[in-house]
Amino acid sequence: MALDRWIALILLGICLLYGYTAWFTMDGSLAPFMQRNPIWPSTFPKVLSILGIIACTIILLGLEKGEQKMGDIDYRRLTDYKLGQALGLLALMVAYALCLRPLGFIGSTITFLILGSFILGERKWLVMIPVALTATLIVWYLVQEVLGIFLSPLPVFLR
Amino acid sequence: MIEGLLIGLQTAFSLQNLLMVIGGCLIGTFIGMLPGLGPMSIIAIMIPVAISMGDPSAALILLAGVYYGAIFGGSTSSILLNAPGVAGTVASSFDGYPMAKQGKAGKALTIAAIASFCGGTIGAVLLMIFAPALSSVALLFHSSEYFALMIVGLSAIAAFAGPGQVTKALLMTVIGLILATVGEGALFNMPRFTMGLLDLQSGFGFITLAMAMFALPEAIYLVLKPRTPNTDGGGEIKDLRITAAEARSIAPVIGRQSIQGFFIGVLPGAGATIASFLGYAVERNIATKTEQDEFGKGSIKGLAAPETANNAACTGSFVPLLTLGIPGSGTTAILLGALIALNVTPGPRLMIDEPQIFWSVIISMYIGNLVLLILNLPLIPYIAKVLLVPRTYLIPFILFFTLMGAYIGQNNATELLLLVGFGICATALKFANYPLAPLLIGFILGGLLENNFSRSMQLYDGVSFIWERPMTLGLLIVALILIVLPSYRARRARIAGAADGDSI
Repeated sequence: MALDRWIALILLGICLLYGYTAWFTMDGSLAPFMQRNPIWPSTFPKVLSILGIIACTIILLGLEKGEQKMGDIDYRRLTDYKLGQALGLLALMVAYALCLRPLGFIGSTITFLILGSFILGERKWLVMIPVALTATLIVWYLVQEVLGIFLSPLPVFLR
Repeated sequence: MIEGLLIGLQTAFSLQNLLMVIGGCLIGTFIGMLPGLGPMSIIAIMIPVAISMGDPSAALILLAGVYYGAIFGGSTSSILLNAPGVAGTVASSFDGYPMAKQGKAGKALTIAAIASFCGGTIGAVLLMIFAPALSSVALLFHSSEYFALMIVGLSAIAAFAGPGQVTKALLMTVIGLILATVGEGALFNMPRFTMGLLDLQSGFGFITLAMAMFALPEAIYLVLKPRTPNTDGGGEIKDLRITAAEARSIAPVIGRQSIQGFFIGVLPGAGATIASFLGYAVERNIATKTEQDEFGKGSIKGLAAPETANNAACTGSFVPLLTLGIPGSGTTAILLGALIALNVTPGPRLMIDEPQIFWSVIISMYIGNLVLLILNLPLIPYIAKVLLVPRTYLIPFILFFTLMGAYIGQNNATELLLLVGFGICATALKFANYPLAPLLIGFILGGLLENNFSRSMQLYDGVSFIWERPMTLGLLIVALILIVLPSYRARRARIAGAADGDSI
């Protein structure tokens, strides 16, 4: 089974779950005056769940024929591409999300930029560190001072 | 209209807004030139900046400037490197890249700039004529017509998705609408589908979703498949001049394609990409025999046609956004999201309630096109240096700006985890050839669609508005035809093909 149909299967599961929530769990807690309304909070989701289930089924059963065109990347041979680098960068982004508050903006961003370049194979530390440092400070200054959005710069224990 | 124009001139010629146009065009050209980064990602990255400025006209001017700049930058990279940054400029590389290989890169860039300028300017004139007319019609619409109109828009986007893609585009739209129902609805004030998570109470952030759908998958694609550096032709850019004879030969092409491109751009779902391919095909068909042979080998007409058409279409795509509040493309959907975040609801009332926004955007389109022609063109040889930035630096910065955009929008670190999660899903969808723009358009229109639906349901105490209002019924029938027609035609073509025994 091709990837697009696997995805349709997953989305079908999501739509079924969504439909179950909309059809069977949402109306019980409705206030009495709302029940006389022609439209309930669950009305629109109910319609959507049906449409979603129909569309998923059509894709899953392959009812709509069309030429299979390949995208830029053949997902069946993912390991031929730089999969390790991509996964590394995604993990780095998750780590950045988790560290942004505890470690502060400046520390985590510099680390993120340097490690990002490192994962992609850059080894010139003398270029990487100044570039990351200046970029971080410029962005922090712009966001903090020009846009006026607070970004806590320092780690928790220095604040 | 004269009064409106004057208001627009007054707003657009303030120092701040002029700087916004110039800055937007430069940033757009700069980033649009990087292969793999389309205008949607750039606008998504720029949105937090625009929103935090607080002034809706300035924000829209900046984003529109970024948009033209990105299209212009995209055509530069497709001419110089044969690596289009945007789908809308793929047709420009057919003739632009051969010209660059013949050492006429400078001439090709000039033609591209002039064609874009004329396409954009003529498009802006047409926008100025048609938008007020359309918006006075749109004032007659009730919420049920709006509901029906949005359904037409969403189904048109799916219908134009291409053969074999209609169901996928439809499914993506529905998923977008489903995502939009998460959180508190405006009409009910009760949390829905939040799974008890407080972070989902206000729904998914639209910037997060825009970044996750466009910027992140494109960045991951760049990581997975590094483009091989393409050095031939891109090195020397000299002699930006074109001769009078060349100008005369492309003038009719520009005239025709501006108008054709504009009207294609107005249609929801058919954006710059379709306009540019169609423009190229039409011009090749009506050219004389000798000129026809040149197409694909460096014909100036073959370069001017798609360039004019895609810029005119970009301008055209503003018509449904500004007059109906219904975006016809991914890019205008992002602009709509930004406007809603700034507390401006585009629609027919926009021209009456906030004429300065409407007209200053139109005036800034002229200024933007002028900026691209006189400021960016001479700077192109220098801006092209950005193509030399090694990817080991480029990619971490793209990812960082994506993260920053999502974080600044909500000031919430959970948003970053959502971004990465959605980004991975979007990449998987992209692997399987699911179109991503319908998802975002569905997400952005979801709230409006549900509100208009609920309002008509309440006014008519049920679904009777569908048959009691002829215009609603008519629009819904159009939507149904749009969905059914492509699959019906595909089926008929298949049956006919099977009978004839040949496959087309």
